[in-house]
Amino acid sequence: MTPRTTPAARSAALSRRRPAWFALWPLLPIVIYLAVLFIYPVAQLLWLSVVDKQGNLTSLHYARLFASAVYVKVLGITFRIACWTTGFAVIAGYPVAYLLATATERTRNNLILWVLMPFWTSFLVRTFAWIVLLGRKGTINAWLQQLGMVDVPVKLIYNFAGVMIGMVHALMPLAVVTMLAVMRNIDENLPKAASTLGARGGQSFWRVYFPLSVPGVASGALLVFIVSLGFFITPALLGSGREIMIAQVIIEQMQELLNWSFSGAVAVLLLGTTVIVFFLYDQLCGLSSMSGAQVVTAADSRRGGLISRLGAFAGTRFIALMGWICDRFGEAMDRIRPVCPDRPRATMSRKVLWLAASTVIVYLVAPSFFVIPMSFSEAAFIQWPPIGFTLHNYAMFLTDPIYVGAMLRSLVVAFTSAALAMLLGVPAAFVLMRQRVPGKGIIFAGILAPMIIPHIIIAIALFYLYAQLGLVGTTVGLVLGHTVVSVPFVVVTITAVLKNYDERLDHAAWSLGANKLKTLRYVTFPLILPGLIAAYLFAFVVSLDELTIALFVSGGQTPTLPKQMWVDAIFKVNPMVTAVSTVVLVFVTSLILFAEFVRRRSEKASGK
Amino acid sequence: MAEPTYKLRMQGLRKTYGPVVALAGADVDIREGEFLTLLGPSGSGKTTVLLLIAGLIQPDRGALWIDGKLATYMPPHKRDIGMVFQNYALFPHMTVYENIAFPLRIRRMPVSKIREEVRRVLDIVQLSGVEERLPRQLSGGQQQRIALARCMAYRPPIILMDEPLGALDKKLREQLQLEIRHLHQALDITVLYVTHDQEEALVMSDRICLMNEGKIEQLGTPDDLYFRPETVFAADFLGESNLLDALVAGKRASAVQLQGPNNVTIEAPARGEVCQGQHVKCMVRPENMRVLAQGEEADNTLVARLQDVILLGQVTKYYAKLPDGTAVCATQLTRHGIPKFQPGEEVRFGFDLESTVVLPLDKRTDRP
Repeated sequence: MTPRTTPAARSAALSRRRPAWFALWPLLPIVIYLAVLFIYPVAQLLWLSVVDKQGNLTSLHYARLFASAVYVKVLGITFRIACWTTGFAVIAGYPVAYLLATATERTRNNLILWVLMPFWTSFLVRTFAWIVLLGRKGTINAWLQQLGMVDVPVKLIYNFAGVMIGMVHALMPLAVVTMLAVMRNIDENLPKAASTLGARGGQSFWRVYFPLSVPGVASGALLVFIVSLGFFITPALLGSGREIMIAQVIIEQMQELLNWSFSGAVAVLLLGTTVIVFFLYDQLCGLSSMSGAQVVTAADSRRGGLISRLGAFAGTRFIALMGWICDRFGEAMDRIRPVCPDRPRATMSRKVLWLAASTVIVYLVAPSFFVIPMSFSEAAFIQWPPIGFTLHNYAMFLTDPIYVGAMLRSLVVAFTSAALAMLLGVPAAFVLMRQRVPGKGIIFAGILAPMIIPHIIIAIALFYLYAQLGLVGTTVGLVLGHTVVSVPFVVVTITAVLKNYDERLDHAAWSLGANKLKTLRYVTFPLILPGLIAAYLFAFVVSLDELTIALFVSGGQTPTLPKQMWVDAIFKVNPMVTAVSTVVLVFVTSLILFAEFVRRRSEKASGK
Repeated sequence: MAEPTYKLRMQGLRKTYGPVVALAGADVDIREGEFLTLLGPSGSGKTTVLLLIAGLIQPDRGALWIDGKLATYMPPHKRDIGMVFQNYALFPHMTVYENIAFPLRIRRMPVSKIREEVRRVLDIVQLSGVEERLPRQLSGGQQQRIALARCMAYRPPIILMDEPLGALDKKLREQLQLEIRHLHQALDITVLYVTHDQEEALVMSDRICLMNEGKIEQLGTPDDLYFRPETVFAADFLGESNLLDALVAGKRASAVQLQGPNNVTIEAPARGEVCQGQHVKCMVRPENMRVLAQGEEADNTLVARLQDVILLGQVTKYYAKLPDGTAVCATQLTRHGIPKFQPGEEVRFGFDLESTVVLPLDKRTDRP
């Protein structure tokens, strides 16, 4: 080696002297963090469910669970609600995802902001919005009565329909985003090729596009199903006493009876269900299709097990049938409106798609905004139309020491836990993307697990751990807990950003004499800044909106804003929540618009 | 109506995207059994032509006949044409068999007939035995052939190919160029081919349609385009060329006299549309220019100062500058015994009257 070497060469020489695993040290903090605050407490909870007070192994808690008809029934209801939610979210979300995938880049960027709106806006805000819209004196009933369509208010809420409307609204963005990821990988030339080969629009969609989008539909359905299994806010606030889901049982057992072991048993049931659903999914579609990388094919499935073969058979028949129906329909339309080769043809199907998708988008976006006029109403109850104009609700909110305290606590917790999530997540994402890591899949799955496992399980597990450590009711406890659930979002966002990052830019910086730190500071970070901001905001909003963990670990005296809203709401829906909701809505929306503004400006600057 | 000998006829086809004119009125006829190539730089409108013919986009104006039938606004699935996409667009979830059978199933052909047809086209592209494989299990060249087989299966009157060899490496590309050419000749199919690679166009085409900025620059045989370019763009795009500024000094029946750089007189074959006093370009291919030995004479001569002499193997290139700074280049076969010249020397470049082409100035791209 020549005496004068570049810093890159020097650091390469240094790292060669270190053991190979040394390069993996940035993974260590996140691994330790999740081991202590996620894996250990959850394992402890599972252990509690199989031992009695003396510490001997017992199946007592499970026996009690299955002995009672109530719990078995609740399990059934949970499944029924999850299935319906999944069905509606996927079917209604499909046209939206399809439109987004086939639209121009510009249209897609604008529309996706709207689709993700409910994803970003507070969970409770959305739920209150539905109470405003669907209530006895709510917007929809008011309109229906004005139009003279009904005399007595229709019961839209506090029943199964209300729960469905709320849950589908909450989870459809997840379905759309998952399906979109797969659809965007479908070569746009394929439908074109099909049409030049003689296939009508319908045939080409069902025989070519749809089969290729099935992995997206399947993974979208899987995620929606699993997340909805752990739901409790929507059924509790929008349902009647009959729509009780399993998470509500856990909350009841914990808050009223402080029964760890029994809650543990219910949690195991929930976790077990999640695992079984994953297993079935893997059998049918293969987990690898989650990434959208692999395409399930007829030829692949021929080698698979019985379930997948049955699935493939049914799928092929279904596709052939749909193609046939579309063909017949197209021919009938041709007879009504013959094709004229000398006149431009109108693209009807595209218009129908736009209509369907925009209806769904309106359903996703509009409700939140109904909260705003309500917050200025003088009425003592939530009712439509709002009466007069007053800032009374805001005054109430801002002079209520409990609410102001809760709001400040929420902001502090969100700021700190998002920062902590970044500290843990960003280095991990870099290592996972750029280094050869043994057991990368397992580490990645472990980091993502808090996102998929029902939060209620994490919440009671942390509660038990905190009770031993004296962290219950502390801000530190909240920050640590929220970081567990927000760190996966950071890792996912940063990995996605790094996937598109040209690593040769870093190599160029090294070759120009910059060391690793300077390269990060002057080249890498400025380039991925919009991604970093997005990741931080993601973590921030996740924490700001988090209710489940806060419900347990914040204790009675130190609530966060969502917890305070929840506690009030299950007692009585007070018009003041509309003011709180409006403040949260405006705050979060401005954050998101700011992030989008930063992203677009940097895209413009880099000339994309 | 179009005469039956034309497989495809375009009349004044025009397509704009907002203020951008993608195609400014194209008139092209493609004869039965012809191999016509659309050649041009990216953004020249060649893909637009292809998409218009396939029906994947609709024209603003103009008319299109396929196989004698008006098809201007016909939906793509009723046009019965074949199209090979740049990335092949094979359906990744279907086997090779299913891919080729797709257009036949759509046409509701009986199963036995489908099996027969698939076997026939796989034989043609010499890929029998891969029926049960998935496209991704095949090499790029094989996928290319399957894509071709898939459109040959239903015997369309014309096959469109959009840079089908763009993704392959050079060696395979050259091999497939000849293969496609042979298939075209053997099966007597009509092909409209799109490429930006001039060599590919010269190898494969019966005729080349050179496009630039949404307009047809020149349409003719490879010979026409190479030896008789009609515009500066055509001369510049195909092959290498020396372009000299010149003024038409005199016209005779068989030749025109030009006043070239530094008042050199250049003689060129007569060309109808140029008139006395007009500014033109005078084009000579480097291989038609030679460095003259002492005492050797030519129809036209230029005195230039040699800048570089580069031995490229089979040929040697001589780069020189005229006194006014115009760069000229001569390419000569490398042989023993040709006079050696050194950079910096003053030399005479000579070329024949026949190899001199007079080009009117292109109003769009050149200063008068």
